[in-house]
Amino acid sequence: MNRQQLAEMGHWRRLPLIQSAKWRWGLTLGLAAYLVLALSTVDVNWDRVIEGAGRGLNFLAAFAQPNFASRSSDIYAGILESLSMTLTATVIGVALAVPIGLGAARNISPWPVYYLCRSIITVSRTFQEIIIAILFVVMFGFGPLAGMLTLAFATIGFIAKLLAEDIEDLDWHQVEAIRATGASWWQIINQAVQPQVMPRLIGLSMYRLDINFRESAIIGIVGAGGIGATLNTSISRYEYDTSAAILLIIIAFVLLSEYGSSYVRRWTQ
Amino acid sequence: MFVDNSKQSVPTWRLRTTRAQWLSYVAWLAGVCLFLLCWKQISDNTMWVFVEDAGSQGVDLVGRMLPPEWSYAQHLWQPMWDTLNIATLGTALGVAMAFPVAFLAARNTSPHPAIRSVALVIIVASRSINSLIWAMLLVTILGPGVLAGIIAIALRSIGFVGKLLYEAIEEINPAPVEAISATGASQAQVMSYGVLPQVMPAFAGISVYRWDINIRESTVLGMVGAGGIGLQLNASINTLAWSQVSVIFMMILATVLVSEWVSARIRHATI
Repeated sequence: MNRQQLAEMGHWRRLPLIQSAKWRWGLTLGLAAYLVLALSTVDVNWDRVIEGAGRGLNFLAAFAQPNFASRSSDIYAGILESLSMTLTATVIGVALAVPIGLGAARNISPWPVYYLCRSIITVSRTFQEIIIAILFVVMFGFGPLAGMLTLAFATIGFIAKLLAEDIEDLDWHQVEAIRATGASWWQIINQAVQPQVMPRLIGLSMYRLDINFRESAIIGIVGAGGIGATLNTSISRYEYDTSAAILLIIIAFVLLSEYGSSYVRRWTQ
Repeated sequence: MFVDNSKQSVPTWRLRTTRAQWLSYVAWLAGVCLFLLCWKQISDNTMWVFVEDAGSQGVDLVGRMLPPEWSYAQHLWQPMWDTLNIATLGTALGVAMAFPVAFLAARNTSPHPAIRSVALVIIVASRSINSLIWAMLLVTILGPGVLAGIIAIALRSIGFVGKLLYEAIEEINPAPVEAISATGASQAQVMSYGVLPQVMPAFAGISVYRWDINIRESTVLGMVGAGGIGLQLNASINTLAWSQVSVIFMMILATVLVSEWVSARIRHATI
């Protein structure tokens, strides 16, 4: 009996997510096999976990009474450094990302430029900020400059990729209209492309500002400035009340920037 | 749009009124001042002597990385497999936790505004804290290893998946939901026949997208002891074995490119 006849007799069943039975069972079995294989690599030292569970509870308890006071000068300096790294890195990163984004848009750039810009984007997006930070710390020495350059480099990949996609989707009629007036390449970009992508570029930059702040909280682990160093020290010293305070500050700033950016985006779009 | 014809006989078109133009200048000035202030803060905390030879340091670094020590690759298969497992199991766990949170956070499926705000706080807290920070905490609690990495990835993914999913739930078409509740269906039946089928494609797309991001993130979790290829990376960097580091970089690049391709294919098939 097929599905149709069963349904007419009142035994209706919804359609399966994957139509072909062969694929459905193959995927299920494959998934089960993978789970067994993958879970077998997870070895847990239960004695260690029991020992650590107490620390976990201490950490949760620390959120109830965060300690902003005992390391307040370190926290203040770290947050200030994180904020200035975030802002400068976003400005520099976006400024560099715009030409690369233009170059990585298939519809307006010649192929050698296209491939060059695409590979810059791929490299920037593949490697986590912390890896780039290690390399930049080796090159530029410890301190916020290496962190700023790291965040700027990561910003390039993010903004340029999304900007390029945006340019590839733009309304071509306006470009043709401007081109029909005899405009140069520069004028086409300025008058036909830029007005179409500007609101989204501003929105993306605000979003990236938010991401950069969150990332600036970790690159301090490898010595690239910001609040990360203070956070790392407080966690390894088991000073969870200070860690909780820092994490709460980070969450508060992210919330603030989220509200701020949604306000700015509403204003520009 | 503003046409100023008070002074000239020929009307000139301008984008902004004079007041808006001035406001925009002031905003730019404030922005530039803020930028310079931040730059000063960074520059004061920088040892410029180290920066002066950055170029030669960079050339030296590349020189040490080349040629890559390809024979080292055979030690990397196991950590790479761990990295993939951290990303995949972490995504699965995170998605499983994000699923109920998203339904509690969406305005149209949340049982109570108070519960909704708790769910939103969970989403923001999870998104604000980087997976490396989660990993650092979990390594001190659970001890180093793959498990800490999996949980770190899962905790970080809740916010991302939860946020995108609850936005998808809020955008569903209310008509099927109304139709199903009109048949006298229970709350659970409305969910399973009215809401779920509408958000399933978005859910699959978001999960695969997050998996792709998690592959990247899990490559560095080992730097704080949470398993995967990051452990090898950290060891090679600490021993200044830069020719091994370049092999690890190639490996990460290849894995990320493959995962990006897989994720694009799956998203294409589901949406």
